[in-house]
Amino acid sequence: MSFSAKTIWKEFSHSKIGIVGIAILVILFSMSIVAFVTIPLDNFKTWNDPASWLLYPKSAQPAWVNYFQSEKIPEHLILKPISSSQQLDSVSVLTDSFVVNYQYDGFPSDFIYQYTAKYSGSPLLQMSVTRPDGMILQLVSTSLPFANGDTTYSSMIFSTQDVITKNIEDKKTKYAFSLDGMSSEKIIFSKLDENTILKGPYVFRVHLYDVSGTPVLAKSNLIIGGKVYGIMGTDELRRDLSVGLLWGTPLALFIGITVSIGSVVFGLVYGVYAGYKGRSTDEVMMRFNDIIYAMPALPLLIILAVTIGNSIFLIVGFLVIFGWVGIAKVSRSMALQIKTLQYVEASKLMGQKDYKIIFKHILPQLLPYAFASIAISVPGAITTEAGLSFLGLGDPTFPTWGQILHDASSYSAAARGMWWWILPPGIMIAVTGLAFVFMGQAMDSIVNPKLRQR
Amino acid sequence: MGFKKFLAKRAITMFGVLMATLLLTIILVGSNMDSISKQSAALEIRQQVTNNKNLLSSFKTTEQLDSYIENQIKQRITALGLDQPWYSPQRIGLSMYKILTLDFGHAKFLTSDSGSSDVRDIILEKLPRTILLFTTATAIVSVLGIFLGTVAASKVNSKIDRITSGLAIISSSFPVWWIGVLMIFVFAFLYPIFPARATPDVSTSDPGYLGSLLYHMALPLITLVMIGFGAWAYLVRNFLVGVLQEDFIMAKRAAGIDEKRILYSHALKNAAPPIVTILALSLSGSLGGAIITEAVFDWPGMGRLYFEAISVLDLPVIIGATYVLTAFFLVSVFVADVLYGYFDPRVRRE
Repeated sequence: MSFSAKTIWKEFSHSKIGIVGIAILVILFSMSIVAFVTIPLDNFKTWNDPASWLLYPKSAQPAWVNYFQSEKIPEHLILKPISSSQQLDSVSVLTDSFVVNYQYDGFPSDFIYQYTAKYSGSPLLQMSVTRPDGMILQLVSTSLPFANGDTTYSSMIFSTQDVITKNIEDKKTKYAFSLDGMSSEKIIFSKLDENTILKGPYVFRVHLYDVSGTPVLAKSNLIIGGKVYGIMGTDELRRDLSVGLLWGTPLALFIGITVSIGSVVFGLVYGVYAGYKGRSTDEVMMRFNDIIYAMPALPLLIILAVTIGNSIFLIVGFLVIFGWVGIAKVSRSMALQIKTLQYVEASKLMGQKDYKIIFKHILPQLLPYAFASIAISVPGAITTEAGLSFLGLGDPTFPTWGQILHDASSYSAAARGMWWWILPPGIMIAVTGLAFVFMGQAMDSIVNPKLRQR
Repeated sequence: MGFKKFLAKRAITMFGVLMATLLLTIILVGSNMDSISKQSAALEIRQQVTNNKNLLSSFKTTEQLDSYIENQIKQRITALGLDQPWYSPQRIGLSMYKILTLDFGHAKFLTSDSGSSDVRDIILEKLPRTILLFTTATAIVSVLGIFLGTVAASKVNSKIDRITSGLAIISSSFPVWWIGVLMIFVFAFLYPIFPARATPDVSTSDPGYLGSLLYHMALPLITLVMIGFGAWAYLVRNFLVGVLQEDFIMAKRAAGIDEKRILYSHALKNAAPPIVTILALSLSGSLGGAIITEAVFDWPGMGRLYFEAISVLDLPVIIGATYVLTAFFLVSVFVADVLYGYFDPRVRRE
């Protein structure tokens, strides 16, 4: 029954699946660190705020699907500008240019220019595009609203605006086909002789002319709409799934590990105390244990989440309430064995206090079992939380993998074939669970040598 | 301790659990339930007064009318015993008595397919479907699992043994409902073999109803079996491996009894108590898990009823469904206990 940390580690390192489990866990922990570093928590909390995802495409597949396809699906591009400014006599000109090498086999769905300008007076904003064949199309020419003093003005130019199609009409003689009723991006990105995509480098230029001062473009983004985006794609609400999946990792680890440590520590102390005390204390404590053990966990968890609240910390607490019972039963029977050992009897006769005997002589003996139980009960905690979130009872401020799946199912992603919305969260849940199951199996075979002979 | 005493003790514990769960549920939803019943009483009075033209015309000012209505509402609330706080012992006792006698009251929003809003009618309509799906699944899973587990136990460390163990470990870390979503994606979207929604699309009176029900049941059934049998086989294998190491098996082998006979009739018989217990427990466990699975497949049983009740916060339905689910759960735990005590007399003596 006695183990030293060294021998345990020695045995553990011989177990293949144990090492695989640790390797997966290390990867998950590094993903969590990446999440903390690259996406600040405050940014992540805007996950459920539609306004913060306006620039992203709706239901876009991951960008890497293009590697497996001969026909390249247009990618959703969020372009950053190259800025330059010059002074022509009294007029100061600010130019933001956006270069894109367009090599996809389809027209972009649209384009949006989003800007925030700081100026005084009434500057003139012009937008034009230089196509790969050298033709320059004037798209927009508009003056920003007049302001007496310094002012900030934010607005967007959409490809659907009539003014763009009207401006392009000047060049309609160059096209071999009729432009009537065609949307602007299909004209701008089209070959001249037929209406198919013209591949090559496009340069969008935005000029800001002002006579009364030097205007500044504080924010300036050109979005060319497409159907694929990023590493993990986006969902129906335009959210970048890679952000949600990455942040789901620390949350799942937090839930799983806190719940299992909480349940094991409580169950261990409860069981050992009942077993050590014996008699009526044991009887009462074990009947209470029976009652919790026989309660249907999921329905009660749901009622608790609905009535008391669904903050992530509360859910962790609820999961502990139903998690400790099994461990208490096992550790009670272990304590029953240990308390008959001579050294325990001896320290009892020497007048050692009960809690000292429990904490000094009995609990340390159960530590290996405790570690194995912690590892084994993590997957259950993670899947139960995922299940609650899947039912829509998760904490909305900390979206977990289960909540991504909840959103996927409420927008019937499965029936619409949006595999990139369904597969990754489930795989992440399973892989995280597997890491702990592997480690638990490896530790279990050390703690219970009987299992090995089988 | 005799078997009867053992039975009585278990039965009392189970009843205690039922009461505790019920009390907990009532305490948790009590304050919400209270305001709901007060609101509905007030609404009823208002409707009565506005429908009564004679009464309405006898009031000269709106203040008079309002104070009259207020009075009536107060009277009604006192008559119903709602003037006492919801946590008063009488009211909790009354609610528990009502629930025990299966009087769950009327649902707030949900109705049964036939249009009744009586919670008992709704539950009676949904319960058979849940039992149909999950009993069938458990039956298939246990037969498959016992067979596969026995084969694995007879050839420890063979390929089939390792595959079974691996399957058990892997399938235990996947959430069943996620596999369900995947199955819908593959077999209802990519290859449209089965319907995505498991609710039958013909009415209950149609002669083709049963066929339609079974067809719609196929996808959830396949999913439940797929996820379940690995763990089962693993359990059966572990029990059997333990039994096969016992001395009496050695003796049988020495006596020259056929290895197959030893395995199927002698070893399996001795491993029966834990297997039967787990069978009973997994039946009840699957009922609890049904909440999510049925929501995924849109199977019109207790689980989906529960899910719908939660999403609109229909408290009478939630309380009724929790009670019925708990009762079923406890009955199967009890049956498992009894079976175990019957098969293994040592348990009784503990």
